[in-house]
Amino acid sequence: MERLLSIIFIYILVENFVLQRFFGICPFLGVSRKMETAVGMSMAVIFVMTMATLVTWLLYTFVLEPFKMEYLQIVTFILVIASLVQLVETTLRKISPTLYQGLGIFLPLITTNCAIMAVALLAVREEFTFIEAVVFGIAASLGFSLALVIMAGIRERLELADIPDVLQGSAVTLITAGILSLAFQGFRGMLTL
Amino acid sequence: MQILYAIIALGLIGLTFGLLLSMAAKVFAVKVDPRLDKVKDVLPGGNCGACGYAGCAQFAEAVLRGEVNPSGCIPGGTETATALAAELGIEVGETEPLVATVFCIGDNERAADTFIYDGVEDCAVAGRFNGGFKACGYGCLGLGNCVRVCPFEAIEMGSHGLPVVDQEACTGCGLCVNACPRDLIKTLPRRSNQGHLVLCSSHDRGKTVSKACSVGCIACRACVKACPQEAIDMDDKLAVIDLDKCDDCGKCVPVCPPVTIYPRTAIPRNKAELEKRPAAAAASEEGS
Repeated sequence: MERLLSIIFIYILVENFVLQRFFGICPFLGVSRKMETAVGMSMAVIFVMTMATLVTWLLYTFVLEPFKMEYLQIVTFILVIASLVQLVETTLRKISPTLYQGLGIFLPLITTNCAIMAVALLAVREEFTFIEAVVFGIAASLGFSLALVIMAGIRERLELADIPDVLQGSAVTLITAGILSLAFQGFRGMLTL
Repeated sequence: MQILYAIIALGLIGLTFGLLLSMAAKVFAVKVDPRLDKVKDVLPGGNCGACGYAGCAQFAEAVLRGEVNPSGCIPGGTETATALAAELGIEVGETEPLVATVFCIGDNERAADTFIYDGVEDCAVAGRFNGGFKACGYGCLGLGNCVRVCPFEAIEMGSHGLPVVDQEACTGCGLCVNACPRDLIKTLPRRSNQGHLVLCSSHDRGKTVSKACSVGCIACRACVKACPQEAIDMDDKLAVIDLDKCDDCGKCVPVCPPVTIYPRTAIPRNKAELEKRPAAAAASEEGS
C-alpha cells in the first residue's frame, strides 16, 4: 500500500511526465491554449494511458517474456496501443455518444504519443507488479493532466497580458513551460521508490 | 529460428487485434448518413455558428434530420441553399444575403476621449471601466472585439481607429453583432448596397451628443423633414432611415448639420475618407 502511494506521489509530482521527464511536449503545447480543450485532452490521456499500461503489461508478462521476445516490445506496444485506441473509439461511439463527442478528437491524437509509449515501456522496465503498473499508469496520466491544466490556466491569463512583441506566441509559451518545469524541480529527490 | 518466432508472434498479435477491430466495427457499427459528407462539402466550413448550431457538421446533421431548412446557413446564402437542396432533393426557402455595417463614425479626432485607457485590449472591459474612455457613451471604442471574432477576416481596423467591414468578404453571419458590447454593428440586407444610413447609435440628447462628438446625430429632425419618401423616423433621439423606403435621392445628406448621413456605398473606410464629406454635402456648401 505504501509503495502504491509513493508511486502515485512520485509520478504526479516528483517525476512528472511532462515537466520532469519531458514526455508528451507536443500535446502539452498544442492543446493548452484553452482550459476546455486541456481538460478534454487530459481525460482522454487518463483513459488511454491506464488502458495501455494494463494491456501492454499483460502482453509483456504473459507473451513476450515467456517466449524470450523482449526485443519486440516497442513494435508490439505500438501495434497494441494503436489498435486499442481504435477499439475504444469504435466502442465509445456506439455506447456513449456523449463521451465520444467529448473525447472524440483527442483520442486519435494521442494514439502514438510518446508519453503513452513511455508509460508502457517504463512499467515493464521498473518491474512493477500488475497492480503497481495500473496505478503507475493512472498516476502518470494524472501528472500529465496536472501539467496540462496548470499550463492552460496560465496561458488563458497570458492572453490578456501585455507581452512584448518579440515574445508573443510560442516564445512566451516555451518560456512559461520552462519556468513551470523549474518550479517542479523543487520536488526533486523528495521521494524515491 | 528467432526471426521466425518474431514474425509469427507479431503476426498473431496483429491478427488478433485486427479481428477484434473488425468485430468491434460490426458490433458497434453506427449508421452514418452517406449524404452527410456531401452536405458538409457544400457548406462554407467557417463554423461561425450563425445558424444556431455548434458548427457546420452539426448544421449538416440537422439539415439531414429535416430539423432546419437548408437556407439556414447565413454565410452560404442562396448559393449554398440551392446546392444543398439539389443534394437532398428538397425545397429551399428564400434567404436574403446580409452584410455587417458599423453604425459609428466618431473616431478619436471627432469624438473626444475623456481619459487615457491603458487596460486590457477588449471593448467589453474598457466599456465597463468608468463608462468607457470615450466622451460618447454609445460610440465605438475601437479595441477590436469584432475584428477578433470574425471567422472570415472580413473586419479590420481602419486608419481612423474604427472597424471597417470588407463588403466582399463579409458573409453576414452576425458574430460581430453579438461581439460588440455597444451594439454598434447591424446586419443589413445586401441588395446592391442601396440606401443611405445615419452612422450614429447615440440616443443622447442633441446637446450631449454635440459636446461629445462632432459627427453624432443631434436629433435635429432636419433629415426627417427633408426626406421626400418619408423614410426617416426618430427612434429615441436618433434618426433611423428605413432602407425599404429610401430611394437614394440624397436629400438628407446636405441638410444634416454634423454630416452623419452617408450613402451605403460610401461609408468612410479611413481617415482621409472621413475628412472628405459626402459629395452632396460639399456641393451644397459651394452653392450657398
